Amino acid sequence: MSHNEIAISVKGLRKSFKNLPVLTGVDLQVKRGSIFALLGSNGAGKTTIIKILTTLLKQDGGTAVVNGFDVASQPGNVRQSFSLTGQFAAVDEILTGRENLIMIARLRHLKNSHQLADDLLKRFSLTDAADRRVSAYSGGMCRKLDIAMSLVGNPQLIFLDEPTNGLDPEARIEVWKMVRELTDGGTTVFLTTQYLEEAEQLADQIAILHEGRIIVSGTLTELQNLFPPAKIEYVEKQPTLEEIFLAIVGKKEEK
Amino acid sequence: MNKYFFNDMGVMLGRSMRHILRSMDTIITVTIMPIAFMLLFVYVFGGAIQTGTDNYVNYLLPGILLISIASGISYTAYRLFLDKQRGIFERFFSMPITRSSVLWGHVLTSLVSNAISVVVIILVALLMGFRSSAGLLSWLAVAGILALFTLALTWIAAIAGLSAKSVDGASAFSYPLIFLPFISSAFVPTESMPTFVRAFAENQPVTSIVDAIRALLSCKPVGNDIWIALAWCLGILVVAYVFAMLVYKHKAA
Repeated sequence: MSHNEIAISVKGLRKSFKNLPVLTGVDLQVKRGSIFALLGSNGAGKTTIIKILTTLLKQDGGTAVVNGFDVASQPGNVRQSFSLTGQFAAVDEILTGRENLIMIARLRHLKNSHQLADDLLKRFSLTDAADRRVSAYSGGMCRKLDIAMSLVGNPQLIFLDEPTNGLDPEARIEVWKMVRELTDGGTTVFLTTQYLEEAEQLADQIAILHEGRIIVSGTLTELQNLFPPAKIEYVEKQPTLEEIFLAIVGKKEEK
Repeated sequence: MNKYFFNDMGVMLGRSMRHILRSMDTIITVTIMPIAFMLLFVYVFGGAIQTGTDNYVNYLLPGILLISIASGISYTAYRLFLDKQRGIFERFFSMPITRSSVLWGHVLTSLVSNAISVVVIILVALLMGFRSSAGLLSWLAVAGILALFTLALTWIAAIAGLSAKSVDGASAFSYPLIFLPFISSAFVPTESMPTFVRAFAENQPVTSIVDAIRALLSCKPVGNDIWIALAWCLGILVVAYVFAMLVYKHKAA
């Protein structure tokens, strides 16, 4: 991979909270224009990685380079080059959908903020709800607006922290569709999820975070190849990503 | 200072002013308690209170205005806490904006909303018989003192809002502030209090602020009170600002 093809490069990233080590040496690389999924259980440190990459938190050690800028020494430049959709919909509930978008456009110092807002509302089929207060939106609509707000100004890189958490299946499929459309335009997507199906559906590259490290990473096919095939098989069956994940992490499947 | 500071702060101010205009109940709840106190003291207790003036509303109004500001600023703490909790802070901080503009937006909003409450209360006081022959300059001085007082308390509210763990915690800090005017010259002259209470009442900030405003509104010489009042307001303002910024940087880093 040449230097220009890499959107995110992380080496030996460490972070502890008080005496509790959360990240103990994370290495990962994200290709420009791809969808990268970071998988891990609750509390594995997925959000911590996102917070460091988005300059909200300082690492204890290791380096992280986002779009060619070091997050520790050039946070201002890094902030120009990405957009974050956090774990909880970061929308202003008292404002309308349109006002939320215009606010972000103005904070990004863009001209024609009204036009940008109209375009995004249309693209996310929120035009009918545009002038309603966000407090009246459903969870799915909130998430759509949240992602739309992250697209203001066409950032090259988007972080999505558990984008479908708490959404119903229908809204989830809609969000997946939106994420796929993003990469059609060349945007890089870095997402975290605890839903294995989500990574399976969306990601070009998958990494599994466990006990502070990336224990496995690769494409879905590469991960499937890691799984030892059963010796006697009556029915041909590919292991699902869920099985791979649980086998590697070493936990029993709870049913 | 970042060249976009005023642009960013303008956006933030516009945002939280919309919050206030769309929930006028915050203005109503802030004004209703001071107005109730004013009615209670003027029409129930007032007859028994000897202040040496024949118009008790005139005597009472400065203290009532301070109570309204002390309860009004708890909404700033509340809004800051919600911003912090709901993740919109993270969105703002991950964007290329001037970070302090987020806080300044809230602070200026507090100034505007408290000014609205103060005007409402003065109008009610006028209906109850408040009269002042003060000129424009005196009124400007009163407005200036009240604005400084609001700013000083708003920065205290910012500390509370940013460091609170719950919504209740974010607004509970204002109760002692609301109570301070009661142990001051706001309702009764301090001469009538026992020595120990009197010593506290005469040396806490509210008394000098109340006395200065009262003197300005009744066209009497303000003497040293106005300087003591200004010193208190500025002192609290600077200390609270420094602490609030420390907490803010800590949360934002």
